[in-house]
Amino acid sequence: MAYDYEKSLRPGKLPHIWCPGCGHGIVMKGLLRAMDTCGLEKNNTALVSGIGCASRLPGYVDMCTLHTAHGRAAAFATGVKMARPEMNVIVMGGDGDGTAIGGNHFIHACRRNIDMTYVIMNNFIYGMTGGQFSPCTPTGDKASTTPYGNPDPTFDISKLAIGAGATFVARTTAFHATQIDKLIAEGIKHKGMAIIEVLDDCPTTYGRRNKFRSVVDMMKRLKDIAVPVTAAGKMTAEQLEGKILTGVLYKEDKPEYCEQYAKVIARAKGAK
Amino acid sequence: MAKKVALMQGNEACAHGAMYAGCTFFGGYPITPSTEVAEVLSNELPKVGGKFIQMEDEIAAMASVLGASLTGAKVLTATSGPGVSLKQELIGYACIAEIPCVIINVMRGGPSTGMPTGPGQSDVQQAKWGTHGDHATIALVPASVQEIFTETVRAFNLAEKYRMPVQVLYDEIVGHMRERIEFPEPGELEIINRTLPTVPPEQYKPYDTSFGDVPPLAAFGSGYRFHVTGLNKAQDGFPTTKAEYVDAEERRQVRKVEGEVARAQIELNEEYLTEDAEVLIFAYGSTSRSARYAVNELRKEGIKAGLFRPLTLWPFPEKRISALGKQVKAIIVPEMNLGQMNLEVERVVKGSCPVISIGRVDGEPLNPGQIIAQVKEVK
Repeated sequence: MAYDYEKSLRPGKLPHIWCPGCGHGIVMKGLLRAMDTCGLEKNNTALVSGIGCASRLPGYVDMCTLHTAHGRAAAFATGVKMARPEMNVIVMGGDGDGTAIGGNHFIHACRRNIDMTYVIMNNFIYGMTGGQFSPCTPTGDKASTTPYGNPDPTFDISKLAIGAGATFVARTTAFHATQIDKLIAEGIKHKGMAIIEVLDDCPTTYGRRNKFRSVVDMMKRLKDIAVPVTAAGKMTAEQLEGKILTGVLYKEDKPEYCEQYAKVIARAKGAK
Repeated sequence: MAKKVALMQGNEACAHGAMYAGCTFFGGYPITPSTEVAEVLSNELPKVGGKFIQMEDEIAAMASVLGASLTGAKVLTATSGPGVSLKQELIGYACIAEIPCVIINVMRGGPSTGMPTGPGQSDVQQAKWGTHGDHATIALVPASVQEIFTETVRAFNLAEKYRMPVQVLYDEIVGHMRERIEFPEPGELEIINRTLPTVPPEQYKPYDTSFGDVPPLAAFGSGYRFHVTGLNKAQDGFPTTKAEYVDAEERRQVRKVEGEVARAQIELNEEYLTEDAEVLIFAYGSTSRSARYAVNELRKEGIKAGLFRPLTLWPFPEKRISALGKQVKAIIVPEMNLGQMNLEVERVVKGSCPVISIGRVDGEPLNPGQIIAQVKEVK
């Protein structure tokens, strides 16, 4: 039987703004399945985003939804979680929003290890503004502001998250639809900061400038470059050239921020 | 029973005023000359189960308080001019999404880093026009340690009542000065909490104007699900580009503060010897203390000087200043900037009397002698 997505969506808010072929809808479906798996209550779940195509996602979902300013989702979400730790807090956003203008908030939310799940949809481009290069646009690629090829090195979001202190870091792609909800669900269950990077496609502003003839080509590329982290150990350096690792890349148990602050409250109230 | 009194610094009084008002969340970032507000609250808030968080930057501090406010918390951030510059986009967010919050601005000079340990009143127009777009502003300007306490309480009340950001601006002099403060008893000052919805969750709309110009605000996690955005939105909270919805919402958000009934409840001024005044001094913050001294000295010499001291700087006390402009021979506006509120006084008196600015931006207080000399010149 087909999965019932409508029970989690706001009536009358579709169609969404995303272009045909965009992977954001695949990620949204993954999120809804993951929320279901985890049994999240709508009334007790905040979905927070910044600005950009990916950040329009919360508007469609029937939860407590907060569409903030460009880059600031993690900081707003931190306020929500600190003030009401019993709420589930999930951040949804794109690569430019999360790692350029929001980079500082991203790394500090990771450092605090505050209990939230941040799904970052990395489509390698600023889509909403028309295809300018982001910190994740591959070096040499074309964007509307890199007509001669992108001179910038790129961020590896997952490595950035691990380095900054996130205690659950996973990666998949929009092609691997069934892995998306599994990883998000694992992230939601993890106590602490969970980053789930989903490599995504933007046929409209990235694909057409970079010789992808169709959405199928873009999806095929996501499929081809993905190597499960469990398989990578048996592969040679040459075989891993140009590949990206998928699956749970990092997991650690460390004190969670709101729990740490609860101890501050206990000490302030006189506990030894 | 005698009231509790203390010798206290302005910034400390601000923190205690916030606690009195029921603040349960502070998000901040260290900046001179405001840091004592954060320091005291880091100590006081957890004692009552409240939350203090030092964020990674000024913008994050502002974002954190807005997130917390949406869960129903009474929230505060404290900063200075450069910090307010950084927060401006999210102050606009709080205006359009109508999220109650209080922003303390302990003013120093500027632009840019300026003189961090010197006093200034350089942000009084920034408070009004700092964020982009049309919006109403409430800004309060206490002039003493006692008033910092009571105006901080009033700022929380106004933020909650009108569902919007309220700024409290005081200069470094009152922020760091120590003087006697008498603490109000619990219950002595009115405490206002935001209006919560009474309709069932399925009927709730976050900008439902059938409840008036300030719609009730539900809390995330309380059983109400709704959408909050910085985009122009309709009454249901969802983005819209329909001209009639956008226009109605924009105008309501200005009217809720600048409408006549609201103004009467928000504006607060003190007038000192204005009844028969021939020369009026318009002064606020620590400068108003120099001005009061000047008025007393001038009166001793038989010069009919008076003082108009706004506690609510925005919305600006247009009606009263307009009337006084017709009564007096001149209005003198001393301030620790190069004439920011002077512009507003000029705008309002519409040429009915000369308006003379005394500006000081050298990091020194504006002293009574400067004001006395200027009054004598116009007399």
